[in-house]
Amino acid sequence: MMILINTLIILSIALGTFFIIVTAIGLIRFPDVYTRAHAASKSATLGVMFILIGAFIYFWAEEGVYNPRLLLGILFLFITGPVGGHLMARAAYFSGVKPWKGTVKDDLKKEYDRKKACEK
Amino acid sequence: MKMNNVILKTTTQVVFFIIFLFSIHIFLAGHFAPGGGFVGGLLTASALVLLLLTYDLKTVKNLLPINYMTLTAVGLLLALGTASLSAFFGEAFFMHYFDHFNIPLLGDTELHTAMIFDLGVYFVVVGVTMIIIQSIGGDE
Repeated sequence: MMILINTLIILSIALGTFFIIVTAIGLIRFPDVYTRAHAASKSATLGVMFILIGAFIYFWAEEGVYNPRLLLGILFLFITGPVGGHLMARAAYFSGVKPWKGTVKDDLKKEYDRKKACEK
Repeated sequence: MKMNNVILKTTTQVVFFIIFLFSIHIFLAGHFAPGGGFVGGLLTASALVLLLLTYDLKTVKNLLPINYMTLTAVGLLLALGTASLSAFFGEAFFMHYFDHFNIPLLGDTELHTAMIFDLGVYFVVVGVTMIIIQSIGGDE
């Protein structure tokens, strides 16, 4: 039983660290803001959630401390992480940052132009 | 350009309550765990600032018609009141009292007058932070 729990802890913390490294590589390697926001908001949120789950299980199983604050933190990150990425990408689009030159589809442009025409 | 941002508004409606409840938890846990009036006050103020970021000043003022000047004054009065309470009983200034009480749902609870002092700190921190941010953010 103890070995199973320890494996679970190690697995979730290692997986979380792996996802955060993937995020860092994505932030360096990706060509423009939108793909970088995609890397940062998805895998970083999942990585931190995995690390928090590992910490929660560790403190529960090894130290006997049930810490609901970690669960609340997981829920909070799950809600706010992607929304933060959405807001940053949106702010970048509306302040005129062009997508990568290989982009073939830009659905937001029509709506953006329509809103701009309405204003004039 | 005026944009409606439904995602931000909906998220704020959920997240505001999480932050607010967590700030109350941190405020109440301050005696035996890390936390207390200052951190709790700052967290409550940050929840209110999240509302200010999502909606505008006028809407938040309609939602929560609090005069933050009065809140600060009430907090200072609470702090001074608990400090001078012991002076009326003929003991040293800032002497605190505590006792165990049997509260119906919570059972045996230790109540301490230091908590009322902490409530004063909490009110002052919330009030001062909100006064600073509202007076910077307002146009008039």
